Amino acid sequence: MEILGVSLPGLMSQLLLGLVNGSFYAILSLGLAVIFGLLNVINFAHGALFMLGAVSTWMAMNYFGINYWVMLLVSPLLVGLLGVLIERFLLRWIYRLDHLYGLLLTLGLSLLIEGVFRSVYGVSGLGYDTPELLEGATDLGFMMLPNYRAWVVLASVTVCLATWFVIEKTRLGAYLRAGTENPRLVEAFGVNVPVMITLTYAFGAGLAAFAGVLAAPVYQVTPLMGQNLIIVVFAVVVIGGMGSIMGAILTGLGLGVIEGLTKVFYPQASSTVVFVIMVIVLLIRPAGLFGKEK
Amino acid sequence: MKTSLTTLACVLAAAGLVTPLAQAQEKVKIGFVTDMSGLYADVEGKNGALAMQMAIDDFGGKVLGQPIELLSADHQNKADIAASKAREWIDTQGVTMVFSGTNSGTALAVSQVANEKKRVHFNNGAGSSALTNEQCNPYTVHYAYDTVALAKGTGGAVVDRGGKDWFFLTADYAFGQALETDTTAVIKAKGGKVLGGVKHPLNASDFSSFLLQAQASKAQILGLANAGGDTINAIKAAKEFGINKTMKTAGLLVFLTDIHSLGLKNTEGLLHTTSWYWDLNDASRAFANKFFAKTKRMPTDVQAADYSAVTQYLKAVQAVKTTDADKVMAYLKSTPLSDFYAKGSIRADGTYAHDMYLVEVKSPAESKKPWDYLKVLSTLPGNQVFTTKAETKCAAWK
Repeated sequence: MEILGVSLPGLMSQLLLGLVNGSFYAILSLGLAVIFGLLNVINFAHGALFMLGAVSTWMAMNYFGINYWVMLLVSPLLVGLLGVLIERFLLRWIYRLDHLYGLLLTLGLSLLIEGVFRSVYGVSGLGYDTPELLEGATDLGFMMLPNYRAWVVLASVTVCLATWFVIEKTRLGAYLRAGTENPRLVEAFGVNVPVMITLTYAFGAGLAAFAGVLAAPVYQVTPLMGQNLIIVVFAVVVIGGMGSIMGAILTGLGLGVIEGLTKVFYPQASSTVVFVIMVIVLLIRPAGLFGKEK
Repeated sequence: MKTSLTTLACVLAAAGLVTPLAQAQEKVKIGFVTDMSGLYADVEGKNGALAMQMAIDDFGGKVLGQPIELLSADHQNKADIAASKAREWIDTQGVTMVFSGTNSGTALAVSQVANEKKRVHFNNGAGSSALTNEQCNPYTVHYAYDTVALAKGTGGAVVDRGGKDWFFLTADYAFGQALETDTTAVIKAKGGKVLGGVKHPLNASDFSSFLLQAQASKAQILGLANAGGDTINAIKAAKEFGINKTMKTAGLLVFLTDIHSLGLKNTEGLLHTTSWYWDLNDASRAFANKFFAKTKRMPTDVQAADYSAVTQYLKAVQAVKTTDADKVMAYLKSTPLSDFYAKGSIRADGTYAHDMYLVEVKSPAESKKPWDYLKVLSTLPGNQVFTTKAETKCAAWK
């Protein structure tokens, strides 16, 4: 059976691959959405934090022999800690200013971080092997799916849903959401809003690093790996609606799939299709697919 | 008034005051513009400038009695930056030779400036054969390699070894398309077939989808008409999806730094063409070890060519005793060159025709020492592997 000249098994395997890429988009755009939702900061440093997750995983393996599974936990914690420092010493000063200042600050920060790593490690990249447990591939009938890619989807969907649950369904999440609406009132109830905001940024940074660790065995670990991804991820957030948690997750996965299909039918457009969709969505629903107009 | 000025000039000349001025113009300044921070920075970049400085130092640091100066800049892979830098250097700094590095777009732009300003222009690292073919000019030397040589080298060798059915992964811009077209011509001439291809955007991070399409085509050979990060990611994904079990990969432009980055486990058996390899002979090893001592990396063929090209230019200036571009070019095109990098001659179209090498990446077991990555399968004669007189579109060589 064929659809537009592409066999059905072929199409199914492309959809699955799209889902793998979508998982990265989802987890990165989720972090951006959380940060924007609570801090009102457009975090351009997200790509650099993603890269730090991957590079620190590589460094731990190469210099200290620390394996992938340990770094899957440690790397987000380390980068989260860096996030605390960034929020405490830099971002805190510009909340009262226009969004643009946050964007410029974080962009500058990411250029700085990437520049340092580029001068140390060059641009060709560092190889990171797939962890032994997940080596090999599973025959799904229509394709051989590398086990590691299946793990990427599983891990990122789990983390995304857990995040959504915490923010939308728990008491802690309720405080967070209330803090963004009216920080003074929430503080009057005895909640320490500045600490909450710091931890939120750290959590967003940690999510980026988690995606970075997941990406290390799939892509070549390079100082520029975040740059390539971050622009697409911003488009994903805009399409989903700034600040919408579930919107970011669903749009991330969905756009991964659409991009996958484009790679089959018209590969030249695969790097632009996301932006074309962004333009259309902005024309029809300026607040994004899942965003609410304020 | 006019006579008195002339008289004054004569008196000054007689007094020997004009001579130092004339000498000042004879100072050799080399302006080198390349990608120092982007995806090609490891192929040449800062270490390319270092190789040139090594060449200047080994030459004695002086020519025509004046110290040699090297200027360098990052063109960020933008043709306008490259061209305006070259123009600025020629107009305000008196640069006598412009050197353009990796990236075909920037090289073609610098080549036009050099032609307009009548300055010697060398290029290493840009692939496009147009530099010395459709867009050739009297002042440009294309020194290291071009897409035609790569296509004839790798494409021809793979078909000769029985790789008749090809599928291309092509970077969707001028360089990738030229490489695919040139290689397709070679494959067809030798009785092979191209079963299909995918044009992917430059800097595509995920190649898995394209690779499944390649696998579905049932071709024997996966031809990579791309470079740098794209080649690296494509090879890595081919390994992950087990494509390398059913197809053999032919890299049309592979650098030593790509192999170093991927490791032998991922690149074992990869056929490609290179203009130079550090472990060819004693002379190449001597240069490589000196370079390694400074950088902790073995030189790529482009970096070795940078050293060689600067040395040959300085020798030419010394021989003709002037920096005059026409005289230097006439000397370069009439004198056979020979050093640790290559042997050959610069033709009327500006191509440095020298031997190229068909190489295969060693298996981890075959590699005996660090950076021991390649084995040379055959030498491709320079008069056959580059564009021939019958094929050229350069008017100066017809």
